[in-house]
Amino acid sequence: MQWLDARLPLPRLVYDSFVAYPVPRNLNYAYTFGGILALFLVLQILTGVVLAMHYAANSAIAFDSVEKIMRDVNWGWMLRYMHANGASFFFVAVYIHIFRGLYYGSYKAPREILWILGVIIFLLMMATAFMGYVLPWGQMSFWGATVITGFFTAFPLIGDPIQQLLLGGFAVDNATLNRFFSLHYLLPFMIAGVVILHVWALHVTGQTNPTGVEVKSSKDTVPFSPHATVKDGFAMVVFLIIFAYMLFYMPNYLGHPDNYVEANPLKTPSHIVPEWYFLPFYAMLRAITFNIGPIDSKLGGVLVMFGSILVLFFLPWLDTSRVRSTAFRPVYKIFFWIMVVDCIFLGWLGSRPAEGIYPTLALIGTIYYFGHFLIVLPVLGLVETPRRLPGSITEAVLARNAGGGTPAGAAAAPETKG
Amino acid sequence: MSVHDTAEPNRRDFLYIATGAAGAVGAAAAIWPFIDQMNPDAATLALAEIDVDVSQVAEGQSITAKWRGKPIFIRHRTAQEVEEAKSVNLDDLKDPVARNANLPADAPATDANRATGGGAQPSGGEGAAAADGMSPAREQWLIMVGVCTHLGCIPLGTSGDYDGWFCPCHGSHYDTAGRIRQGPAPENMAIPPYAFTTDTNIRIG
Repeated sequence: MQWLDARLPLPRLVYDSFVAYPVPRNLNYAYTFGGILALFLVLQILTGVVLAMHYAANSAIAFDSVEKIMRDVNWGWMLRYMHANGASFFFVAVYIHIFRGLYYGSYKAPREILWILGVIIFLLMMATAFMGYVLPWGQMSFWGATVITGFFTAFPLIGDPIQQLLLGGFAVDNATLNRFFSLHYLLPFMIAGVVILHVWALHVTGQTNPTGVEVKSSKDTVPFSPHATVKDGFAMVVFLIIFAYMLFYMPNYLGHPDNYVEANPLKTPSHIVPEWYFLPFYAMLRAITFNIGPIDSKLGGVLVMFGSILVLFFLPWLDTSRVRSTAFRPVYKIFFWIMVVDCIFLGWLGSRPAEGIYPTLALIGTIYYFGHFLIVLPVLGLVETPRRLPGSITEAVLARNAGGGTPAGAAAAPETKG
Repeated sequence: MSVHDTAEPNRRDFLYIATGAAGAVGAAAAIWPFIDQMNPDAATLALAEIDVDVSQVAEGQSITAKWRGKPIFIRHRTAQEVEEAKSVNLDDLKDPVARNANLPADAPATDANRATGGGAQPSGGEGAAAADGMSPAREQWLIMVGVCTHLGCIPLGTSGDYDGWFCPCHGSHYDTAGRIRQGPAPENMAIPPYAFTTDTNIRIG
């Protein structure tokens, strides 16, 4: 090992990053989702590579080849259900991971690059998931691809040429399926590349922690192994148990029956909905039903939808509060939970048909979404009085576990969030 | 910056910039084939023209042809539907333009302009695309790309609030001339380039 280390310091890199690496001693289970996400990326790539051995990216036989995987290929049913449900659980984990970052202010200086890399990973994940959903070539695959590539036609002049470039034709067809398969295979490896940068940036600045106070001495940290390894490992096991339950007992719960009907370019299903993890964005797309000046309703919806992700890139500069952790921001804590409810509400609206009261409610939800980032965060940081921060991580930990000789002042700032 | 740094730009600076610029242009030129390959290929473009026999389509019936991967609605409208479409005041239309590939881009969305193809017009209306230039023998034929102009779904025929088409995806209503009347779609459904080659044959494309 020393021989290798002297020539290529890989063992040292692994030891420094995942064994001796100091992590804050007060990390809670919300911090285990980074590890869970890494596990799911590996799981998706593994199942994806073996599924690609049996899948045929040709519009004439794609649908049948998926059915062949389900019925004929050894373990094919399990591998495909793992891949399909794995995508959903990947998004469950990434949404918890993102909201954890929002709650504990993980995007604030000096972690802006870390946050932006994370948003890029999120975008790549969405592109990968969308293209993967097209591959089974069912009705939802086909019409989902039609509607989503249709977004680009909203742009004046360049819209139609861009759509034809993406589709390789005038409508979704074999050329589209082929290129989506190619890119669906490529993008996870790009995600893996950005994940490496993400972890690198994380290890330069160090993790945040529930108090939001930076690590000040070695007393504030514990070594990654065994502390974080075991905690991450336990969280993974629990998460995988839930995953296994879905996988074996309700594998199609999150899918749509329409996707077991082969794609028919001449017939649109009566109710097109994207996968659940896109629903909040879909709701925002449909919330704009009126023209705004020179922007017609279609372009407006598309801009709002893209803007909802674009705004995340600017988050580190939109939040003016210097207190990282929401635990010490009593007013923001309320807004944070409104935001969580708003996103779930938008997700529910996205699954409803676009008629009656729903578009109006979606518009209200959309306004709050943008208001949260563009008004609440900048203003609240200036007017809110945060609670007193603990002097250090150790102080906060000892204050909570009252047995350990509490410093007199620390009792005023207990960290109560689990 | 090297020790040879001088205040004045010299020939070497020019060479660096020229080399860099040539490299950038070369890289852009090399990337182009990798992007252009994604555009519709020759086989796709070759399917751009089809002939459809409409002799079997009776009044009140529709057929759907496939052109460029998209459905083309060919509807033999009833006299009542034609009257209904003609009676609409143009000011009531959400999209006032005909969207007819056989007419100038700014042609108004009258029923006659919606139901006009290219090429020779039937006797009596030779070459005229004006509102009253249509032979009564052709105005009943509505040929249009059956794709909702909102996000590309296929509308359902003889339904909706205007007896025309209704898109189930996001609730757009079209009238009996395929014009958008209500809902999120921004434009009337497109009329493809087409012409009657005989009395019963349509060439689309």
